[in-house]
Amino acid sequence: MKHILSALVQNKPGVLAHVAGMFAARAFNIDSLAVGRTDDPSLSRMTIVVIGDDRVVEQVRKQLAKIVTVVKVQDFAGMDVVARDLMLISVACPPEKRPEILALVEMFQGKVVDIGSKFVMVEVAGPENKIEAFIEACRPYGIKNLVRTGTVAMARQPRFAPPENEEAK
Amino acid sequence: MTANTTEKTAVQTKPGSQIIVDTLLEHGVEVLFGYLGGVVLPLFDKLYDSPIRVVIPRHEQGGCHMADAYARSTGKVGVVIATSGPGATNLTTGLATAMMDSVPLVALTGQVRTELIGNDAFQEADTTGITRPITKHNVIVKNPNELAQTIREAFFIASTGRPGPVLIDIPVDMQIAQVPVTPPQPIELPGYRIRERGHARQITAAAEAINSSQRPVLYVGGGVISGNASEPLRKLAKKANIPVTMTLMGLGAFDQNDPLSLNMLGMHGAAYANFAVQNCDLLICVGARFDDRVTGKLKAFAPHARVIHIDLDPSSISKNVPADIPVVGSARHVLTELLELVEYRERKEWFDQIAEWKKRHPLRYDQNAKTIKPQYVIEELWKQTQGQAIITTGVGQHQMWTAQFYRFNRPRQFITSGGLGTMGFGLPAAIGAQIANPDALVIDIDGDSSFNMTLTELSTAVMYELPVKVCLINNGYMGMVRQWQELFYGKRYSCSSLKSPDFARLAEAFGAVGLRAEKKEEVPAVIKAMLAEKRPCVADFRVDPEENVWPMVPAGKSLHEMDGLDIFEMA
Repeated sequence: MKHILSALVQNKPGVLAHVAGMFAARAFNIDSLAVGRTDDPSLSRMTIVVIGDDRVVEQVRKQLAKIVTVVKVQDFAGMDVVARDLMLISVACPPEKRPEILALVEMFQGKVVDIGSKFVMVEVAGPENKIEAFIEACRPYGIKNLVRTGTVAMARQPRFAPPENEEAK
Repeated sequence: MTANTTEKTAVQTKPGSQIIVDTLLEHGVEVLFGYLGGVVLPLFDKLYDSPIRVVIPRHEQGGCHMADAYARSTGKVGVVIATSGPGATNLTTGLATAMMDSVPLVALTGQVRTELIGNDAFQEADTTGITRPITKHNVIVKNPNELAQTIREAFFIASTGRPGPVLIDIPVDMQIAQVPVTPPQPIELPGYRIRERGHARQITAAAEAINSSQRPVLYVGGGVISGNASEPLRKLAKKANIPVTMTLMGLGAFDQNDPLSLNMLGMHGAAYANFAVQNCDLLICVGARFDDRVTGKLKAFAPHARVIHIDLDPSSISKNVPADIPVVGSARHVLTELLELVEYRERKEWFDQIAEWKKRHPLRYDQNAKTIKPQYVIEELWKQTQGQAIITTGVGQHQMWTAQFYRFNRPRQFITSGGLGTMGFGLPAAIGAQIANPDALVIDIDGDSSFNMTLTELSTAVMYELPVKVCLINNGYMGMVRQWQELFYGKRYSCSSLKSPDFARLAEAFGAVGLRAEKKEEVPAVIKAMLAEKRPCVADFRVDPEENVWPMVPAGKSLHEMDGLDIFEMA
């Protein structure tokens, strides 16, 4: 079972190593880990996707919180969350296939960011299942290169109704 | 005019090494343990002029264990210094030991010059990288202005919450740099919060569970000792009338001579302690973490019990055994509050049952044997010291026999490596404890193979004229390993027998006193002579080589499935 944890950490050297090391030392299973600075340059936000049952994830949350440079940990389980991965994918694309592939990109609300005589590079962002679906859709044409970030996620503010709900399950 | 301006704007500066010494003094450091090396020379140069007493071990591991035992025996923060590279890596065993047993320690390591870091410089090692999983926190100082505050934070982190070792790696150029002297800043660690006070509703729930329980057991660990909670624990046990069993780390938290004491539980615990846990209806765990050496087979552990778990570290709660009533807070706070809410219950049936178990399965050994039984040596030592000595140990059979036959009556009296099981801990620990308690009787009960690992520190004891005693339970084997080979590997004693030196003569070579007992009748006199000795002393007791630690829960069995209960029944 996948869980998304969000950890606010001090933006100091060694913090990522400490967090990653804790996962390795305690044999917790990380699915993805994405890190970046927040609006406050002294703080970074990590979004960590963990695979495990509730007991394991509870222990992960506690062990994370125990690290001195980890300021706050939130478990998104049971919350309405916006989760996004970003992918760059380079798909084999001879000129005759171009309209077909561009239509596909359009369907997935992707963006063509580079194009050559034999390929297109497409940027797709969205919930993980959408990314996976796009990969499957591209597979018949031939995937030349693929890179994905880990998931980043944020809980919705409960007061407002979601304006659009594309990632609703 | 010019002079005037300078006077106004001048900030006093000092070399970083002086700032380090000043900050240590600010924290009341009177003694530290350290080993020199190229990149800590500026620091040692300033220590030369300071009132801080520096004790030089023979190996950094020894120094780290000394600082550790200094901390365990006093409750203060232990301080250890090592140089970069090999100096720092030699600390790792000591740091991991302190981490596993939650000992407050500040380790300062030298590091190569900042501009050389990462270049595979001479005596360079990634010290923060290496020690990250075995410290509570670690940090490298790359701005000399942050030296003082980093040290202040280190002392704060090491000594608060669940205590632990904190390492500061200090490049040599930080020690040389001129640093402006600034007054202490408030400590701001946004990610570091401690919940000392337990949740009131949880404490009430715990009290209700205690008051309505028929067969409760208190299961207490090292957290009660490090949290200075022995007094409220004693009062609680008395007031609510609850038997108390202790982990290895918890020994001394509750007087073992008290009728409510069940002594140690677990793999080599007392049978009555294990039976009580397996049959209790309420297990009140305080400052312990359900270690596998305590629980045996987890699924069958305390099967009829509701579990109250009181711990300062939230990650300890429900890690191994799910808690029905979790209370995050310091043992001292929570027990004190709990004390107000509990009531006396007679629980006659429960205590009758425990008395019956105690009568049927006491801790015992063959007192009629012709050979020297190790338990006999320890029991005799207990008698002659009237149970008052500070005891350290190595790791193995002798450690378990000490836990079984030396009855500790106060916290910080028993200093042993519990979590990591560090062989070689005993002698340096005795030295650290003796430095901290110059007038106390400090005895390292050691095994021959444990002693072999760090016996070079005898030289430290001689140099500093420390009257530490080593009571050597010498069976010529790695005893616990041999016991497992006997029981589980068909007596195939692969590599577990040792050819040791003549320890008594070796002690003399170090400038210490050497004694030896080869016959049972000699034991009391040798112990007497050892205790009378004012110099460091090694007493080598040639004990029965194939004696086992009984009773024993074999690995993977549940706590009440103990072997060796009827071992002397026919005798």
